[in-house]
Amino acid sequence: MGKKVMISCDEASTICDKTQYNEATFWDKLKLQLHLFLCKKCGLYSEQNKMMSKIFKTHLSNHSHHQLADADKKAIEAELKKQMN
Amino acid sequence: MQDLFIFNLSNYTKFMSNQKNVLDPNKWIALYSDYLFNYTITRIDDAELAKDIVQETFFSALKAMKNYRGDASERTWLVSILKRKIIDQYRKMNSKKGRAEVRVNFYDEGDKRGSWLEECVPQTWGNEAESAIETKELGHAINKCVAALPEKYRNVFKMKTVQNIDTEEICNELDISSSNLWVIIHRARLQLRKCMEDSWFKN
Repeated sequence: MGKKVMISCDEASTICDKTQYNEATFWDKLKLQLHLFLCKKCGLYSEQNKMMSKIFKTHLSNHSHHQLADADKKAIEAELKKQMN
Repeated sequence: MQDLFIFNLSNYTKFMSNQKNVLDPNKWIALYSDYLFNYTITRIDDAELAKDIVQETFFSALKAMKNYRGDASERTWLVSILKRKIIDQYRKMNSKKGRAEVRVNFYDEGDKRGSWLEECVPQTWGNEAESAIETKELGHAINKCVAALPEKYRNVFKMKTVQNIDTEEICNELDISSSNLWVIIHRARLQLRKCMEDSWFKN
């Protein structure tokens, strides 16, 4: 296969991040599992990474709705009208 | 099959009535300013800057009206102009600062390979950590930590994690490579992890 099976902690952490977004390939995950089996620190990192994902999902919301102030809208509108003529 | 049929039908009616979208700049502010502003502020986390970019988008759109062919909806067309403005803004931010920093890949740091793990050796968080996830206080803590991220990391992190935008789309919009994106995501997550460890899990 020519691909290396043993990966560094850096590479493991990247794959670990990707799995949090479902973007790791099957081969990536396999390498990660092997690394986690051998490396305690990365194992802990991986666990905590999962927990951080849970925290993000629970507490970071996308619901904030931003609006331009009416004064800003009027200012832009006035400028736009000026440019139209 | 049904989808195909509907698609053809809508195309057909469009063709029959020869209906083209028309631009009406008099209504732009009322119809689209909030939408464009929201779109911008989730990508550029600065209300003042976002306002300027929206304003410039309308001005550019006005100048480019004669190039509008009426195929896309008015809103889609405005968003395409806005996207270019946002990329320009990112280029400006990149050239000012942080470019070299972001371009560095954490694999290539020679002697320092893997040192991030040594620097922040994961501490065990304890068993009660898991059960405390739902609490409001933790919500405040994590939002504080996210607010403390450097602007560029925060934007990319939020687009990916909160808004669930595709990697490819983020890369296109922000003009960065995918390995660059993963470096940013990794650093953002590391910093958030550390911040939560200091402000939350240690207590």
